[in-house]
Amino acid sequence: MADETTIDSANETPETVDLWVAGTEEAEFQPTTEGDQEIGSAESKERLAEQFGSVVEDDYVFDDEVADDDRMIVNMGPQHPSTHGVLRLQIELEGEIIRRTKPIIGYLHTGMEKTAEQLTFGQGPTNVTRMDYLAPLHCELAYSLAVESLLGIEVPERAAAIRILMTELNRISSHLVALATNGMDIGALSMMLYGFRERESILAFFEKTTGLRMNHNYIRPGGVAADLAPGWKDDVSAILADLPGRLDQYDDLLKENPIWLARTRGVGVISQEEAIAFSITGPILRATGVDWDLRKVFPYSGIEKYEFEVITGENGDVYDRYRVRVLEIVESLKIVEQVMNAMPKGDYRVDDRKVTPPPRARIDESMEALIHHFKLFTEGFKVPPGETYVAVESPRGELGCYLVSDGKANPYRMHTRAPSFYNLQSLPITMADSLMADTVATIASMDPVMGDVDR
Amino acid sequence: MATTPPGNLLMTTVERAANWARTRSMFPATFGLACCAIEMMATGTAHYDLARFGMEVFRASPRQADLMIVAGRVSQKMAPVLRQVYDQMPDPKWVVSMGACASSGGMFNNYALIQGVDQIVPVDIYVPGCPPGPQSLLHGILTLHDKIMAGEIVR
Amino acid sequence: MRSGTSGQIGWSGDWEPQMNQVLAGLAEGFEDVTFSQSLGQDIASVPTDSWKAFAEAAKKAGFEVCCDVTAVDWMRQRPERFEIVANLLSMRHRIRLRVSTTIGREDPTVESLTPLWPGAGFAEREVYDMFGIIFDGHPDLTRILMPDDWDGHPLRKDFGVGSVPVQFKESHKVD
Repeated sequence: MADETTIDSANETPETVDLWVAGTEEAEFQPTTEGDQEIGSAESKERLAEQFGSVVEDDYVFDDEVADDDRMIVNMGPQHPSTHGVLRLQIELEGEIIRRTKPIIGYLHTGMEKTAEQLTFGQGPTNVTRMDYLAPLHCELAYSLAVESLLGIEVPERAAAIRILMTELNRISSHLVALATNGMDIGALSMMLYGFRERESILAFFEKTTGLRMNHNYIRPGGVAADLAPGWKDDVSAILADLPGRLDQYDDLLKENPIWLARTRGVGVISQEEAIAFSITGPILRATGVDWDLRKVFPYSGIEKYEFEVITGENGDVYDRYRVRVLEIVESLKIVEQVMNAMPKGDYRVDDRKVTPPPRARIDESMEALIHHFKLFTEGFKVPPGETYVAVESPRGELGCYLVSDGKANPYRMHTRAPSFYNLQSLPITMADSLMADTVATIASMDPVMGDVDR
Repeated sequence: MATTPPGNLLMTTVERAANWARTRSMFPATFGLACCAIEMMATGTAHYDLARFGMEVFRASPRQADLMIVAGRVSQKMAPVLRQVYDQMPDPKWVVSMGACASSGGMFNNYALIQGVDQIVPVDIYVPGCPPGPQSLLHGILTLHDKIMAGEIVR
Repeated sequence: MRSGTSGQIGWSGDWEPQMNQVLAGLAEGFEDVTFSQSLGQDIASVPTDSWKAFAEAAKKAGFEVCCDVTAVDWMRQRPERFEIVANLLSMRHRIRLRVSTTIGREDPTVESLTPLWPGAGFAEREVYDMFGIIFDGHPDLTRILMPDDWDGHPLRKDFGVGSVPVQFKESHKVD
């Protein structure tokens, strides 16, 4: 017996069930009068139907033109995991494309130039060494050369050779960090481990020679602080034997890797004219094809005796900068080998007792040695008035020291021309009209060291 | 507990268990500022592995971190940022002040630096050095672990 | 000239004739600019009014790179207080030139070199931040190293170091 309200079969709906369907002529919505509120009396049927969800109007409108106020300003930093220090970027994004960038720096400003005026000339290297903390020996070298230029003294050949040995090893360790962080930022995490592993052997040599792994205060006006440790040739030979094989490992990982190529080729391109206009120097400039290397053009500390080549790239993109750095490690290894084989014998610092402290053993024997030592470490040596600008080729570019002296024992004005400070100005140019995801690769390839930038 | 329980059963207090869990998987927040950051990275990489202490995951977001290693000099512009990152970290949190500049202003006794990060955030461990080598930093971190296990630091 | 193991930086002898040509060419249009040499480096002292004009001429003469712009505060030692120094570099001639000008006023203003060399942008902002020297024509002259609301210009000689007294060492006094 088919009741009107029962279901005949599972697939049939009973006809008497009153399915409320809005919009049909049969259904008439009766607003309820229950409760205190009266809903629906003032509103139209369609509106209520919309609210109850039985009518959906597709009112999503597509904007064909993207208006200017669709740009979004995104803040990146100063604390972010891309381990390049405290750089803050304000990026104006249009979708995924970067339109404008503004780097904001100053988060590591240490007042080193003001501190330098309070310290003596002999204490200066402790201050400047912490500027570019990945290449501290280069900072010390620029400062020491400036002081020696004002003093008018020449360091002995052995001191100059030791300086080149240490700075070229420092270039290698700095480029290893650049490769490590570059790799890690783009995603090749094992590159970070490889880079720091190699760096440990170089830092162990530094610790043996200078006493510290970083921020050595080793290259001082007048020479170097101490002679090379006995057995240094074995240590350097071990480094020279080890590194080329490791560099091949990195090449296996990165050089032909399609992911690496896709993420670095054509990314962060800067042209030669732009690079020169923005005073960019170092591997970034050489990657655009300009073979400008201060070691060849304005040689310092006897580096013209050693044979090496200046590595240049072609396109000025991230991949070329990476290649330039890897090949510069190879060139630095060549220089280190030549220095090691041709290390001259002699003094490791100038003999002028008014500038360099006497050996510790002499202090017990000689009154003058004691007085010199005392004067040098309390008052410091006086430098004749004058001004000078000396530049060395650091792993990041031209690192210069502008030093003004007025005849006292501390500098009147010490200014460092920091390479990363100028290299960062190119970020708005390289990042414009590129994708947001390429930001990290671009910054990593610029290899900024914020201690250098902010001083 | 007159009798020792059989082999595969441990009994302890909730505090001890919680402290053990906290020390064995502390996540540092990336707050590397200057030269000490490089030594902190060296501590995290293969030679002086931090991963054997469960700490190689440097969390980028402070909300997921419980240890802030202030590695480097804190300038005037960076101080509010430091405080904000510290505030964003959930409890329990610890601060290790790494290096001379973070502990006391270091060799830069001038207008530009905060003379010691403890002017802004409470510090649990000070690691001296300029920069402290990875062994010193590890010693500091392990001392912090010991202090937490012993219940000396209660947050 | 010198090159080699000494601490002096110089140019090798072959370049000298070319260097004099370049500077002689520059000196032609500017009688009020004095060229000098110190420690093997060429210096040009320019009066403030011809600062930008001389820089333009230098750029045309081949100094494509402005390495550095900085300043010195000669507080009581010289009649004019501030000296602004720009280090120029010519890659094609391989020479450097240091150009300087002095300003004595209390609100020192000088023309900006940024339109000529965009690389000087950050450097001039730093000089403004540290010394208070205003650069006319700079696209964005704001504080770069200190916080935006900082009072004072730190590298001036009458701005104290700001050190805190520590045990066994006195705080430095301002001279």
